[in-house]
Amino acid sequence: MKQNDLILQTVTKVAAFVILLFAVAIFLGGHYSPGGGFVGGLMTSAAIVLLLLAFDLKTVTAILPIDYKVLIGSGLLISSLTVAGGLLFGVPLMTHAYRYIDLPILGHISLHTAVLFDLGVYLVVVGVTMTIIQTIGESE
Amino acid sequence: MNNLTFLPVLWPLFTGILLIFIAKRIKLQRWVSLFSSLIGIVLSMYLVFSVHSQGILTLGVGSWEAPFGIVIVADMLASLLVLTTNIIGLAILLYSFHSIGIERERHYYYPVFQFLLIGVNGAFLTGDLFNLFVFFEVMLMASYVLLVLGGTKIQLRESLKYIIVNVLSSSFFVIMVAYLYSVLGTLNMAQISQRIAEVNQPAILSVIAIGFLIVFGLKGAIFPLFQWLPGSYYAPPIPVMALFGALLTKVGIYSIFRTYTLMFYHDQGYTHTFLAWLALLTILIGVIGAIAYWDIKKIIIYNIIIAVGVIIFGISVMNEQALSGSILYLIHDMLIKAALFLLIGIMIKLCGSDDLRQMGGLIKQYPALAWTFFIAAISLAGIPPFSGFAGKLLILQGAGESGNFLGMAIVLLSSLMVLYSVMKIFMYGFWGTPKAGYRSAAVPVNKMLIPAVILVAISVLFGVATEFMYPFISQAVETLLNPDIYIKAVLKE
Repeated sequence: MKQNDLILQTVTKVAAFVILLFAVAIFLGGHYSPGGGFVGGLMTSAAIVLLLLAFDLKTVTAILPIDYKVLIGSGLLISSLTVAGGLLFGVPLMTHAYRYIDLPILGHISLHTAVLFDLGVYLVVVGVTMTIIQTIGESE
Repeated sequence: MNNLTFLPVLWPLFTGILLIFIAKRIKLQRWVSLFSSLIGIVLSMYLVFSVHSQGILTLGVGSWEAPFGIVIVADMLASLLVLTTNIIGLAILLYSFHSIGIERERHYYYPVFQFLLIGVNGAFLTGDLFNLFVFFEVMLMASYVLLVLGGTKIQLRESLKYIIVNVLSSSFFVIMVAYLYSVLGTLNMAQISQRIAEVNQPAILSVIAIGFLIVFGLKGAIFPLFQWLPGSYYAPPIPVMALFGALLTKVGIYSIFRTYTLMFYHDQGYTHTFLAWLALLTILIGVIGAIAYWDIKKIIIYNIIIAVGVIIFGISVMNEQALSGSILYLIHDMLIKAALFLLIGIMIKLCGSDDLRQMGGLIKQYPALAWTFFIAAISLAGIPPFSGFAGKLLILQGAGESGNFLGMAIVLLSSLMVLYSVMKIFMYGFWGTPKAGYRSAAVPVNKMLIPAVILVAISVLFGVATEFMYPFISQAVETLLNPDIYIKAVLKE
């Protein structure tokens, strides 16, 4: 039986972008307010899962040709490199550095190495969640 | 601050990550793993010698000083165990090349192997109780994967049990940490020790001590919490079994070392007596199992339980000789158990069965295998001059000094039974008439024998050169007996 999923597909086309943008906002807001790499990552995977539900695995792999296992590796690599940065600068591992700068439009903002670590977390969470969901999905 | 302290954890992490990227190129994975293991051994040797010359090394992770941040503490006990872990890792890796099978290699065996090493090394090196829990989890996650990888029927069944037991014990771990935190207001091991000393360990803390014993006893398989072990360790292929048998239970024992010498040592009449009885019962159960079975995997698995009992008994006696003995015996046992597992792995591959009654006569065709096994077997039983002897002797001396003659008798008798159980393997497996149909063509015996020979050689050296090792051991014991050294090194007072 062919399902009629026109409504779902139409909504998804808009909603997926909203969710993705919100995920990025939450990820970046994470340093000073609730949020961060973990939730941001989960939310991103939620957007991708919504795409998977509305369309199918083939379409989504065409849109996002990513090997999620490599994504896990990349995330781990970014986080661990941030951790190991301490070796280069002769400070204890995981020590974070930060600086405040003024940009024309964004104004007074802070740059932290902790965000790099969090970026790694973000990628690992997306990678792990999507690997699990794809593995379950494939076996059907 | 000393970043070297954390390198034995960071190094396998980077290796594991690199291996994820080259997961499909098996030859390359092998070479990278091998190379990384060699570097790991060099790093941990350097750590041991640094600790020997400079005393305890600490690292306040993220520039947060103790007791506020997580602190990594390398004392002599931890460094020696990290070194042993890395040596065993290398040997088992070499063995895996020829026996784990291409399918498992393709499905992330080598990365997960490295992640297991991260967990084990991290658990040894951390100085924070909650962080210990985290590294336990890292280790367990990796062990779940290794246990289930391959997905045969018995593996799936045993993985389920193993995961249930460990999830329960992990949640109990967190509960105990929470209790301790609500009583003492700190998770830093040095500060915990300091505060317990200030209040002289009232009853509530002794109860928490027993709670921790339940947690670590489940991981370390002491009586009556060992039931999961014979089944779960039986399921995976030999290299994984060797890895589990040599490393995982020992992390539980190390944690008992830490908690019962650094923190809960004020009410020994209660906690350590309890520990002694459990240890002796563990030995008895282990002996019964080791003698009863004809399955060689089971015999060696029950020998793990006996060793756990002997080491824990040494901790419970809690004087200088007994603790030195326990540490010596712990390191010896890690090396020799790994070697024995690797050796019986070759026997099982050759005979196509793990039942002793189906074997026989292997010595005619494989004398090298037979004599390596013989040396490993008598080392295990503790016959001088091999490595088990010094440890057991010191434990016995310590027990004699504190007047625990029942304990002495049980440990001595257990040695005899251990000897019987491994000699049974030797007699039925290697003597007698050769059975037809060894699968010698399919088994690269010599290549598989090399890592076992390396381990046995190191353990023989360890036994012969105990004199040389003793300064290191006594430095480790000094820290265990005087928690002040540890506290001063960590809190910098």
